[in-house]
Amino acid sequence: MNDELRYLLGRTVRGRMNRRDFLGRAAALGVSAATANTLLATAVRAEGPIKGGTLRFGLQGGESTSSLDPALAASQVPFQNLSTIGEPLVEVGPDGSIVPRVAEAVDSTPDAKTWTFTIRKGIEFHNGKTLTPDDVLATLQRHSDEKSQSGALGIMQGIESMTVDGDHVVVTLATPNADLPYLMADYHLMMQPNGGRDSPADGIMSGPYKVVRDEPGVRHVFERFANYWDPTRGHVDTIENIVINDPTARMAALQSGQVHVVNRVEPRTAALLSRAPGVSVTSAKGRGHYVFIMRCDAAPFDNKDLRLALKYAINRQQMLDTVLAGYGSLGNDIPINASYPLFDESWLPQREYDPEKAAFHYKASGHDGSPIVLRTSDVAFPGAIDAAALFQQSAAAAGIPLEIQREPGDGYWSEVWNKQPFCASYWGGRPVQDQMYSTAYQSSADWNDTAFKNERFDQLMQEARGELDQAKRKDMYGEMARILHEEGGLICPMFNDFVEAHGPEVQGWFEDPTQELMNGLAGVKLWLSSN
Amino acid sequence: MHPLLKMVVQRVALGCLLLIAASVAIFAGTEVLPGDVAASVLGQSATPQALANLRAEMGLDEPATTRYFAWLLGALHGDLGTALSNKQDIAAAMGQRLGNTLFLASCAAAIAVPLSILLGLIAVRYRGRWPDRLISGVTLATVSVPEFLLGYIVIFALAVKYRLFPSVATIYAGMSLGEKLQVIALPVIVLVLVVLGHMMRMTRAAILNVMQSPYIETAELKGLRPFAIIARHAFPNAIAPVVNVVMINLAYLVVGVVVVEVVFVYPGMGQYLVDHVAKRDVPVVQACGLVFAAVYIGFNLLADILSILANPRLRHPR
Repeated sequence: MNDELRYLLGRTVRGRMNRRDFLGRAAALGVSAATANTLLATAVRAEGPIKGGTLRFGLQGGESTSSLDPALAASQVPFQNLSTIGEPLVEVGPDGSIVPRVAEAVDSTPDAKTWTFTIRKGIEFHNGKTLTPDDVLATLQRHSDEKSQSGALGIMQGIESMTVDGDHVVVTLATPNADLPYLMADYHLMMQPNGGRDSPADGIMSGPYKVVRDEPGVRHVFERFANYWDPTRGHVDTIENIVINDPTARMAALQSGQVHVVNRVEPRTAALLSRAPGVSVTSAKGRGHYVFIMRCDAAPFDNKDLRLALKYAINRQQMLDTVLAGYGSLGNDIPINASYPLFDESWLPQREYDPEKAAFHYKASGHDGSPIVLRTSDVAFPGAIDAAALFQQSAAAAGIPLEIQREPGDGYWSEVWNKQPFCASYWGGRPVQDQMYSTAYQSSADWNDTAFKNERFDQLMQEARGELDQAKRKDMYGEMARILHEEGGLICPMFNDFVEAHGPEVQGWFEDPTQELMNGLAGVKLWLSSN
Repeated sequence: MHPLLKMVVQRVALGCLLLIAASVAIFAGTEVLPGDVAASVLGQSATPQALANLRAEMGLDEPATTRYFAWLLGALHGDLGTALSNKQDIAAAMGQRLGNTLFLASCAAAIAVPLSILLGLIAVRYRGRWPDRLISGVTLATVSVPEFLLGYIVIFALAVKYRLFPSVATIYAGMSLGEKLQVIALPVIVLVLVVLGHMMRMTRAAILNVMQSPYIETAELKGLRPFAIIARHAFPNAIAPVVNVVMINLAYLVVGVVVVEVVFVYPGMGQYLVDHVAKRDVPVVQACGLVFAAVYIGFNLLADILSILANPRLRHPR
C-alpha cells in the first residue's frame, strides 16, 4: 500500500475525512471501490472503536403508553431502551453461547436442578449504590411474584426457591432444566436496586447508559454512565432512541441523515433503500417466524389428514419470495431452525408444495367440502393479508377451498389468536429449543395456540431438559421435531430475517440471531466513525 | 342584560351540556370496543395470571357507571387521573401534547388563514381568468391529495433530496423558538396545503355571492378600483361564512392531524390518543375526547359570535 493511501486511510478511520471522500481519493490513486471498501473496513476494525458522539436510532414499536418498568416491556422500543440502560445476569451471545454479565460465573449441580450465579463485584447502579446479590435476588423475586405483571412471569414459574449465599445467588428448580441460564437472559430480568420494588419505572439500573430524558412514544435520551464496569461497551457519549412508527418516515429519516440506524426495514422496499447513497441494509437470520395455526382440538382440524393436506397445500417458496422479498428462510412446520443450538437440518426433509399429496390427504380426511375459514389481519405479521391470499390460491389448486376472513387489528390477540381454530400469527422465537417448545407446544402450556397434545412429545421435552449430555439431547430434539412436523397443527411457511439499515458513519455492526438490532445491544456496541 | 351577552351565556351553557353528552358517547364507545385493557397492555405474551392481576389492579372489575361518574367528578376538579397503561399523570402528559398540537396548529393557521383569504380575494378580482384558474387548480389539487402522500412528497423533495428541513419534526422542551420553527417547517407546509383549498374556495364563493348585489354595481359606477371594491365593500359582508369555514379548519388543525403527526413524528395529541385507544386506556381516551370536543364546541361558539358581530342586523336586533 502506498503512503498516500495509508495516510488517507488513517484520516478516514479517525473520522477526519468521510467515507465517500476516501473512496473518491482512492479511486484517483487507481484503487477499485471494492478494494478500497475492504481496506477501510479492515482499518476500522484494527483501529478499534472511536469514543464519543451521539448515536441516533429511528425505531418502530414505541407508544406513548410504554414505560421503563422492565416487567411491562413488550415492544421494540422498550426492549431497546432496557438493553441500553440495564443488564441481566447473563446474555445470549451472537453464537448462541452464554455470556456472563452481572453474574461472572454460572454453575449447576449435575442434575441441573440447583444453579449458582456468582455475582460480579464492583457493579454500580446509576444512583451510586453498589449492586449486591440481595438486589439480584429482589429483582428475580419481583418478576416471579404471582402478583407481578411481569412478562417474565412464565419463565420464572419453574423456580422453587432462591437464596443469597455470600457472593452467590442460588436458584433451585422444581424440575431439572439444563437451559436455565438462557431463561435468565430474558430482557425483562434487568437488575434494579432492591429489585425495582420502590419505583419500578425510574430507569435506575446497572447498564452502560443512564436515562436523561424519557418521553414515551416520542424519544428517549441516554448518556454514558461513567462508572460502568465494562470498558468494552458504551462507545458513544449519547444515545437517542427516536420513535418513528411510520416506515416511510423512518426510511426518510435515515436517508436525510437525521438518524444513524433504523429497525424494521420493510423487505419490499429494502432493495430500493440499499440504493440510497451511504445506506447499508443488513439482514440477520433470526428465530422469529410467521405461522398459520390450526387448533388440533377443533373441527375440522382435529383430523390429521386435513392438517397434512393444508401443510402440503401451501407454497412456502412463493410466500417467502413475495411476502419477505427473500429476506428470510423456508419454514418446515416446526418452530425451530438452524439458528438454534442443538438443531440439525438433516432431521427432516423440507416439506414442499405438493397439490397432489394435498388433494390425497384432503380426500382421506373426508372433509365435507365446505370452505375452511382462515382468519388473518395486518397485525398477525407484516404481509399476513397477502400471505393468506397466496395460501388461498395454492390451496385452491389442490381443490381445497379456503375462505379468508379479515379481522381488525384491534383485539386480534385477545379475540382471535389462541381462540379461533385457524388463523395467522407470528412468534418471536426463543433462545433455545426447550423454551420455544415449553412456551407453545407443551400440552399444558398457556400459549399452546395449536392445542397440540402429544404425550411422547411432552415426555421427551422433560427428559431433554434434565439431560446434560448434548449428543443425547440432540437426538431427543430430533424426535420431537419429527413428531411436530407430522402431527402438529403448525404451518410455518417462513422464518423472517431482522432487516435493518444504518448510515455510513456507523461502525461495528454484526449479525446477531437472538433479537433485532444486535440483540438490542446496537446502542452499546456500535460507534461512529466521524463525529 | 344586553341581548348579545345573554346570547353568549346561552351558547356557553349549551356547549357545556353538549360536552357532557359527548363524554357519555365516548365512554360508551370505549366500552363496546373488543378486547380488554389488560390484554392490550401485556400483548400477545401475557399469562392468564398476569392478566388477572393487572385487571384487578386497574379496577376493571367495577361496573362501568361507577367508573364513569368517579372519573367525571375528578375531571370537574381538574384531576384527569393517571393513565392505566403507564401510570403517568394524564393532565401533565396531555398538557404537553396539547401544547405541541396548539403550537403546530397556530403556526399553520398563521400562514394558512391570511394566505387563503388573500388568494380568495385575488381569485375574485381575476375571476374566470388565468390567476383564478391557477389558484383554484393548485389549491384543489393539494386538498385532493391525501395528507400522508403530500407529507411523503414534501419529505422526499425538501428533506431527502435537498436537505433544507429535517424530516423528523420531533420538538421538545429546551429547544429555542427558532429551532422549533425550523423543525416543524415541513408539517406546517403540508397542513397549510391541506386547509388552504377549502378556506380559499369558501372565501371566493362568499364574495362572489355578494358581488351580485346592487351596491357593488354602485361602487363600480362610482369608479372605484376593482380590488378596493372587493376588499372594502364586498368582503366585510361575506365575513360570516368565511369565519365559519375558517373555524372548522382551525378545529381540524387541532383534532384531525394524526396522520400528519405520524408521518412527521410530531408529538401531538393525535398520536397520543391513538396509542391509548390501542391500549384501551379509557381515562386517557376520555380526557382526549373531552379536549377535542371542547375544541370543536369552542371554535363553533367563536364562529357564531364573530358572525353575529360582523352583521349589524344581528348586532342591533330590533
